[in-house]
Amino acid sequence: MDTQGVTADPQLQQFIEVESQKERFQQLVHQMTDVCWEKCMDKPGPKLDSRTETCFVNCVERFIDTSQFILNRLEQTQRGRGSLSESMSD
Amino acid sequence: MDSFGSDFSSGAAGSGKMDSGTIMEQVKVQIAVANAQELLQRMTDKCFKKCVGKPGGSLDNSEQKCIAMCMDRYMDAWNTVSRAYNSRLQRERARI
Repeated sequence: MDTQGVTADPQLQQFIEVESQKERFQQLVHQMTDVCWEKCMDKPGPKLDSRTETCFVNCVERFIDTSQFILNRLEQTQRGRGSLSESMSD
Repeated sequence: MDSFGSDFSSGAAGSGKMDSGTIMEQVKVQIAVANAQELLQRMTDKCFKKCVGKPGGSLDNSEQKCIAMCMDRYMDAWNTVSRAYNSRLQRERARI
C-alpha cells in the first residue's frame, strides 16, 4: 500500500503503519486460535488445564515454524532448483 | 459507545472539519469493533460445533452450560495464543 500519495502528514502516516501492524498481529491471533482450537481442544471444561495450554503454546510455535519453513523452501526453489516437486524428492 | 451499526462520520465530516486526531480515534474504534466481531464470529462457530448436536426445538440446559464454558475457554485460548505469539515475536526480534 503506497501511502505517500494519500497523506503527507507524518503523524497520520505513522499512525497507519502502527495500526496496520497491530491489525496484522490480531488477525494472526484469530487465525492461530482457530486452527489450534481444532488441534488442542477436546470438550470445553471449567478451566484451561495445563496440558491444553501447553498444546496451544506449542501450536503457535509450530505454526510460525511452518510458515518460515515454507518461505525458506519457496525461496530455495526459486533460486534455480527447478520445479517445486523436484525439490520435494530429496 | 454507539451501536455497531452507527455512522461515525455523520457529525464532523458534514462540516468538513475532521482533524486527523478525530480520524485516528474513529479508526481505532472501528478497528476494535471489527476485531470484536471477528472474535464473536469464530467463537460462535467453534462453540456451536462443540456444544450443539442434532439441533432441537431450542437450546437445552446442558447445551447452554456448554456454550457458556466454551466461551470462557475460547477467551482463555485466545489470550494464550496472543501471549505465545507475542513472546515468539520478541524472541525473533532479539535475534536480529
